[in-house]
Amino acid sequence: MRGADALMEALVHEGVEHIFGIPGGANLPTYDALVDADLRHIQARHEQAAGHAAEGYAHASGRTGVAFGTSGPGATNLVTAIADAMMDSIPTVFVTGQVRSDLIGTDGFQEADIVGITLPIVKHSALVTEASQIPEYIHHAFRIASTGRPGPVLVDIPSDLIREEISYTPPTELVELPGYRPIVEGNAKQIRLAAKALANARRPILYTGGGVIHADAATELREFAMSDRFPVTSTLMGLGAFPSNSDQWLGMLGMHGTRAANYAMDEADLIVAIGARFDDRITGKLSEFAPNAKIIHIDIDPAEISKNVPAHIPIVGDAKLILPKLTGEYRALQTEQERLDGWWSRIRGWQEEYPLTYEPGSDGEIKPQFMIEMLHKVTEGDAFVTSDVGQHQMWVAQYYGFNEPHRWINSGGLGTMGFGLPSAIGAKVACPGEEVVCVAGDGSLIMNVQELATAVTEDIPVKVFLMNNGFMGMVRQWQELFWDGRYSGVDNGTSPDWAKLAEAFGAKGLRCDDEADLEEMMRATLDHDGTALLDVRVSPLENCYPMIPAGNAARDMVG
Amino acid sequence: MGSPEMVRLEDLRTGRSLTGRKHVLSILVENRPGVLARVAGLFSRRGFNIDTLAVGPTDDPEVSRITLTLDGAVHPIDQVTKQLHKLINVLKIRDMEPDLTVARELALFKVSAAVESRAEIVQFAEIFRAKIVDVSRRALIIEVTGSFDKIEAFEQMLRPHGLLEMVRTGEVALSRGE
Repeated sequence: MRGADALMEALVHEGVEHIFGIPGGANLPTYDALVDADLRHIQARHEQAAGHAAEGYAHASGRTGVAFGTSGPGATNLVTAIADAMMDSIPTVFVTGQVRSDLIGTDGFQEADIVGITLPIVKHSALVTEASQIPEYIHHAFRIASTGRPGPVLVDIPSDLIREEISYTPPTELVELPGYRPIVEGNAKQIRLAAKALANARRPILYTGGGVIHADAATELREFAMSDRFPVTSTLMGLGAFPSNSDQWLGMLGMHGTRAANYAMDEADLIVAIGARFDDRITGKLSEFAPNAKIIHIDIDPAEISKNVPAHIPIVGDAKLILPKLTGEYRALQTEQERLDGWWSRIRGWQEEYPLTYEPGSDGEIKPQFMIEMLHKVTEGDAFVTSDVGQHQMWVAQYYGFNEPHRWINSGGLGTMGFGLPSAIGAKVACPGEEVVCVAGDGSLIMNVQELATAVTEDIPVKVFLMNNGFMGMVRQWQELFWDGRYSGVDNGTSPDWAKLAEAFGAKGLRCDDEADLEEMMRATLDHDGTALLDVRVSPLENCYPMIPAGNAARDMVG
Repeated sequence: MGSPEMVRLEDLRTGRSLTGRKHVLSILVENRPGVLARVAGLFSRRGFNIDTLAVGPTDDPEVSRITLTLDGAVHPIDQVTKQLHKLINVLKIRDMEPDLTVARELALFKVSAAVESRAEIVQFAEIFRAKIVDVSRRALIIEVTGSFDKIEAFEQMLRPHGLLEMVRTGEVALSRGE
């Protein structure tokens, strides 16, 4: 068979059912083989969006997302999605066409050294130099992308090699990679030590991240947290792993987290970090971060341990395996629950004094926070929600209230505007029976709005709820607060007419200006049989609070 | 159960991140195109500064050895090695123990050797067990092997005599015994 046919068989062998991509000259053989393959290809309208769709697919399902692009610009258009998948540890495999092997290095038409370009932003990558490597590298790619700390893997295939005849038999056992052995078990002695430290803590807190969701360890986290009355907070990426309706839940922490969560971190004597990486949006001023706390750090990536904040008890491994052991060790110590009473009354004090709150709108004005609360109501808090990046993203994180993992899909590490719509398409493909909504910002949505064509043409009904304030809202907020209100490059004006634009793409377009109409129009958007966009005109100058100004400590929260 | 074996939080300590000394890392990597670029790229991206770097084959044709030195007073060496381990093509990393390691580099020095100072230069070379490998009317090339410090010292001796050019390979190292 041709290399391209072996590629398809290898993908099918890896359990792939869906691919997002765009063809071009160098990957014509791939697309020819696709015709006969048992795979559904979703033709995106820009490779960046194909990449984000693959990410959304992976976020929603936990399975590896796959995107195709051709050589040169097709491949470079994937770069943002690859970087995004790297920052948020999303299991993804990118297969790019490359110019013929004899043209490599000659600046041939549509040649770009995509392996070189993406070196710092991939978990691994490979340029195929012999046709027989094609299926082998694909199997390596899936192994690497989906195990250990997940991430993007790129396989670049020259157009002559993929046409060559090769023989391929699917592997019967797991491929061994000599330089790749993720540590999963967790050191038993360290786990015992962590349990004892916890038993001695008076002000403990669990600080959880996206790693808990990647590890499929939400159940294990809940059992651990409820083995005592441990307070739980989470990063943006970890929302949903622990239910927001639990009374042990303190809300998100970090720059736009709750005061209760941030103050609890500030006063904690023991922080258990699980699948979280002490990013600057969490720590704020590093030298003043959690000054009273000892750190237990559980992570599958040894390089995350003590990278930003030194750990006192590092535990390297898979949270799904470690948490039950830790729960067991902790339970065996039979601690007295009352020892946390003082800590809880301190936390309840903060929660009562500083709840998430906003000034209600008047005269029909739609407050952005109200919009998210209404979205929660009409979706019964049960939708898969994707977002772009900015104020609206933070408001969703604060006000939607996720109770299950995988349902909150956003670009946390890289902060990629334009992520929401394509990732919603990917999530809907992965979970066709679920309600998938994209909460978009008007600055972000236009960056990948062409994907409405994909949603309509490929019959992938997603619902876009556009939080339209007419600004690059988060940048405007920073200019207002930290740059003397000198607005620069943040006014989006009145273009486009979003409802008309949606209609032009063949989707349903609606617009809401009045708080009184919002619920009904949201329901109409959800009830529409097909892709729909609701342009919600929200208060243009609302700021997102509370907030830790960049470089400040948690106790210096404002708003 | 419980209290007698409890761990007191105040007794918990973190590991030291900066060691304050020079480290020689011996890194076995798969002998494939682009592997050096991955290693070098990792260093530049993470802001780690390599002092010396030497790459060459090993007894196994599938495997190359990268020997690099870096300053443990500036860089957290464990963070460097953990990041390196994440590269799939990196097979093994050894942070060489100074007392248990033979480390050598080779250097060539070209000095302008006026007639009146030639004797002295030749004498230095003998003391350092260096070899004069090229002689012309105006210049000498001297080859010396040894530890980093020995070569530094030799350079200091030669400088006053008109050092024209020099090249150093960077240290390569093997652990003693076994």
